[in-house]
This record gives sequence, C-alpha cells and structure tokens, in this order.
Amino acid sequence: MSGVPFLLPVDWWALGAVIALSGGAMALLLLEFLPHGPESNRAALVSLVTLLAAGASVFVVRDSRRALFDGMFVHDGITVFFTFLFCAIGILSVLLSWDYVKRTRINRTEYYALLLSSTLGMVIMAGSNDLITVFLGLELMSLALYVLVGFRRSHLESNEASLKYFLLGAFASGFLLYGIALLYGATGTTNLQKMTAVMSDSPMLENPLFVVGALLLVVGLGFKVSAVPFHMWTPDAYEGAPTSVTAFMSAGAKAAGFAALVRVGLSTLGAVRTDWVPVLSAIAILTMTVGNVTALLQNNVKRMLAYSSIAHAGYVLVAIVAGGRDGASAALFYLAVYSLMNLGAFGILTLLGRGTEERVLVSDLAGLGFRHPGLGIAMTVFMLALGGIPPTAGFMAKVYVFGVALKAGLVPLVIIGVLNSVVSVFYYLRITVAMYMEEPQAEPTHVSWAVPGALAVLAAVALTLWWGVQAHALLDQAQRSVLGGM
Amino acid sequence: MREYLPVLVFAAVAVLFAVSTIGVSTIIVPRRSSARKMAPYECGVEPVGDARQRFEIKFYLVAVLFILFDIEAVFLYPWAVAFRQLGLYGLVEMGLFILVLVVGYLYLLFKRAFDWN
Amino acid sequence: MIPASWSLLLSAVVFTIGVIGVLVRRNAIVIFMSVELMLNSGNLAFVAFARQLNSLDGQVFVFFVMTVAAAEVAVGLAIIVNLFRLRESVFVDEINLLKG
Repeated sequence: MSGVPFLLPVDWWALGAVIALSGGAMALLLLEFLPHGPESNRAALVSLVTLLAAGASVFVVRDSRRALFDGMFVHDGITVFFTFLFCAIGILSVLLSWDYVKRTRINRTEYYALLLSSTLGMVIMAGSNDLITVFLGLELMSLALYVLVGFRRSHLESNEASLKYFLLGAFASGFLLYGIALLYGATGTTNLQKMTAVMSDSPMLENPLFVVGALLLVVGLGFKVSAVPFHMWTPDAYEGAPTSVTAFMSAGAKAAGFAALVRVGLSTLGAVRTDWVPVLSAIAILTMTVGNVTALLQNNVKRMLAYSSIAHAGYVLVAIVAGGRDGASAALFYLAVYSLMNLGAFGILTLLGRGTEERVLVSDLAGLGFRHPGLGIAMTVFMLALGGIPPTAGFMAKVYVFGVALKAGLVPLVIIGVLNSVVSVFYYLRITVAMYMEEPQAEPTHVSWAVPGALAVLAAVALTLWWGVQAHALLDQAQRSVLGGM
Repeated sequence: MREYLPVLVFAAVAVLFAVSTIGVSTIIVPRRSSARKMAPYECGVEPVGDARQRFEIKFYLVAVLFILFDIEAVFLYPWAVAFRQLGLYGLVEMGLFILVLVVGYLYLLFKRAFDWN
Repeated sequence: MIPASWSLLLSAVVFTIGVIGVLVRRNAIVIFMSVELMLNSGNLAFVAFARQLNSLDGQVFVFFVMTVAAAEVAVGLAIIVNLFRLRESVFVDEINLLKG
C-alpha cells in the first residue's frame, strides 16, 4: 500500500458489485425521508436497479482475475459465479417482495435496504480469501437477516423466529470466530493461500490447535448452511419469517455458506482432505436423512420446505466431500439450481392468502391446481425439480453430484443419497396431490396475483426447465469458474 | 522486575492510607446513632420502592446508539497513528468509512431517534 | 512476563463458560451475554497469538470483532425488546412504558 502513496490502488470494476450494493443500501436509507405516497414502491425499484448494476459491473470484468486489499478479497471465477447468483437471487426476491410486503403491511424502505446489505454480505463471503473477511461478510449477511426474519413486528411467530435465529446464529458465530483464532495461532495467518502454503511445508494434523480450529470452523459454517446436527433453527426461522424473506434466505444464505465452504475446501482443508472425509461424510449422511425423514411429517408447507432445504444441504455436502475441482463445480451447479427451485416454490407461497393472512398449510393448497392452472403447473415443476425428477434441472444437479461422488469412490454416500431422493419424492408429491386431487375443506385459498411476483415465478420455472434440458451450459460455466478460481 | 518496584511501593502506600484513615476514624469517632442517620441517604431523597424497576426504553436506544458510534472511534486511532504512511489512500478510505457513518447518522436524525420526546 | 499459554488457557476457559452458559441458561439476555463471552474469548486468543507470533494482524482483527459484536448487541437487544413488548401486550400501561 505504501508503495503507491498518491494513487488509489483499487480496482473499481472488480469491486463494482460491492460498491453498487453498499451505495444502493445507503441511498435507500436516505430515500425514506424524501416525500412519497403511501403506496409508493420506489424502494423496490431502486433495489432492482442496484442489483442489476451490481450484476452488470461484474459482467464487465467476468474474465479478469485479481487479488485486492493485500489478498483479502479475490476477484476470480468463484467470486464472479456467486456474485451473479446472489444478484439473481436478490432480483427474484425483490420481485417476490414487491406486492407481498405491501399486502402484509411491512412495506418499509428498511426492508429493501436490509435485503441489499444482506446480499452485500453474501458477495463479500464469496470473494473472501481470508477467514476474517469471511467472518465479516457472514456477520453482515446474518445481522441483516435476523432483522428481516423479525420484520412482521406485530406477529409473535415472526419475533420468536427472529430471536431463535439470532441466538443460534450468534452462537455459531462464536464457534466460527474461535476456530479462526485457533487456525491463526496454528498457522500464523488467516489468509487461505498462505495457510495452505504453511500446511504444505509442515504437517498440521499433529497440531491440536489446527485440528480443533478446523473443527470449530466446520461447526460455524455448518450452522449457516443448516447441516445436521446444527440445523435446529432452520424450521422455526423459515416458518416464522415473512415468506419473501424465507425465499431469500433459503437460497442466498445457504449458497453463501457453501461459497465459503467451497473456498476453504479447495484450499485449506483440501490440503488435508483425507482426514476430513469421515467427518464431513457423517454430517452429509445425517443431513440428508434427518432432513428428508422429518419433512415427511410436516403439514405446513413452509416448514416442509425448510426440512427439504436441510436435506438439499446434505446433497451439496456430498459434492464437497467428493472434493477437488469436480466436486466444487458440481456444488456450484447444485447451488444455482437449488436456489432457483426454492425461490420458485416459496415465491408461489408469497402469492397465497389475502391481506396479512398466511395460507401455507398443505390443506390450503387443495384444489389450487384446477382453480389456478398456471400456479399449479409452476408448483408441480418446482416439486418435481426438488425431488430430482427429469426433465428438470433438479435431476441434472443430482446426477452431477452423485456422478462426482461415484468417481471419488464414495459409493455408500451415493447409495444413501439416492435412497433419500426417493423418500423425498413422497412429500413433494403430496403437495402436487393436494393441488390436483383434493377438495378444499373450508374456504378455498385466495390468490393475490401480482405481476412482479408472477414474473419471478415464471422466470424460475423457465430456468428450471431450461437448465434441465441444457444443463451443460451451466455446468460449463461452473467448471470454468472453479478452474479460474484456483 | 526492578522497574515494577515503584508501582509496588505506590500500591502499598495507597492501601496503607486507606486502611489507616478508615481504621482511625472507626476507633476515635463518637457513635450516636438514630433512625434518620441510618437511612441510606442521610441528606438526600427518601428511597421509594425497589431499585429494580423498569426504566424507559429510550435509555436503551441511547445506549445502543452510543455503542455503535463509539466503537467506530477505535478505527480512527490506528489510522491517525499511521496517517503519514497511508497517505492519500488512507485518507480516502477513511473518508468513505466516515461517509457510511454519516449516512447512518442522517438516517437516525431523520428518524428522530435523537428526540427525547 | 506472562507466557502466552496462560492467556490462551484463560481464553479457552472463558469460551467454555460461554458455551455452557448458552446451553444451560434460559434467559434470552443471559444467553446473549454468554455469546458475547464466546466472542471475547476469541478476541483474547487473537491477541495472545498475535503476541506469540509477533504479528500485528491478530490485534487488528480484534477491532473488527469488537465492531461486529457491537452491531450484534444492537440487533439482538432490539429483537429481545420487541419480543418482550409483544408478550406483555395484554397490559396496556406497560406498553406505554416501553414505547421507544
């Protein structure tokens, strides 16, 4: 830094997404105080523009690779891939929130400011090449999410969800931080590259500081991606949060946690891979099984999808266990597809109900397929995709993950994964069955149609089907990102 | 360890002084106790009720805002110390940092978080 | 001079107290305080390691962690206060008292 005292050695374009998102969030905070009508939705519009600008600025430098801020933040393939993904998740979430937050009377400028801050945290996590930056990004993302989950301030459920999420999330942050401190003590650095270099010079596994530190790191990140046995907060937080927030966090927060895991897995833990395979395999098996089996018992669709999201974290963990570049690109592919399917499924839930009422029980979906054919077809597509049935992208994602795992010789993991996928089809189909084969018991659920929300769902359906047929395009992208990331 | 000797002497003198003044006064002072004298505040307001009552939420807001802005000062000190080495880069960086804080401050100001009533 | 291992031992003890506090206490505020203990034990470990390794990095991280902890306090207490307010919403005069 001191070498160029009179220049600003900052690569503006590579930081474009970060700058745009922070600028947008700050602008929104001040925008609140300019006069506007009660029905004004300009905050949503500003966030949409911000997210598009962030995506566009990354697009300009999508092929360049460089390290910024003394190697604390890197602009490489993985950063570009995840920044696109987070911008896409943000855009779809804003579209889904557009009318939902108006209808449920949480239409506040802060809602969108927090959404952007959270997205910013995710982008920072994906681009972090240093454990301290990972921690800061994770906290930025999480703190914004804690508030978003409790945004329906007058609802007891929303507040309780927020409190549980906050306490367990902060607990996990404590583990993560202590893990980072121990790794710093063991290797003398928090930079992932330097850490890998130190480890290749000296065997670290005899060092208890390193072993415990890495374990705590896995616990901390495991909380964020809701891997069993660190998943307790997930169903409560997902159920109590405003549905648009559930959509956003189920896709974004999980992808961001995995972005950090992929990076750590490719560098630091990758260097001592063989010793982590048993631990991570056990977590993956537990996560898939507990998630799917518990989901079978749920009557609330939000809660069911929460357990389903736990199970999906298990599938991604299988790819991480497989390791290497192939494993990483399969994980990237899976995360992109998973984000779409989940945003779509939760997006449909945001359309259900009138005013502030929430209709998210399986029985509320009864007969929906015939009264609203478009909605029924879209939900069916997402359920098939989540269950991993062709010709959807969900099928291709599972094929790649299990293929990579087979190549790595993880036969038991693949068998358990496939069995779990079969189990999961039961509860996904239960939703479809309710929509087409059951009659509503009470008053049929009102659908609050809204153009932006419908557009978001339509986009998710189209991409889920498109990537099912043209999977190689996305997979190529994922593979190139991982190659450029090392 | 030699350089700590003055500290030790200082501590010893302090303890000795405190103990001796209190000790001497307990010995030589005449005791004429009365109910009024035994009250917690002999010459203040009579204590009413329990001290563990709830107080207004506004205090909490002030405390939180104070912590948030107070902690930022921690970054200004290292920057000020290394100001010459960091040069323009550091100045601009710190300017951006302050800008973010100012936006937060303006938000609070417009939100009337600082109005007591 | 106190050896770094003592500070590390202390930080491990504080961390453990924090973890046990989170697991066994039932008051949201106390749980929250235990979490803060965990974060601060991390800080102590950072400082101890920084001194042992003769590098400044660890000390700088402590500043960042302190900032994060402050932000966490603000958000966490706000959530707890809001929940408290809702739970007691049957008593009108108490709602008045807690209006922020």
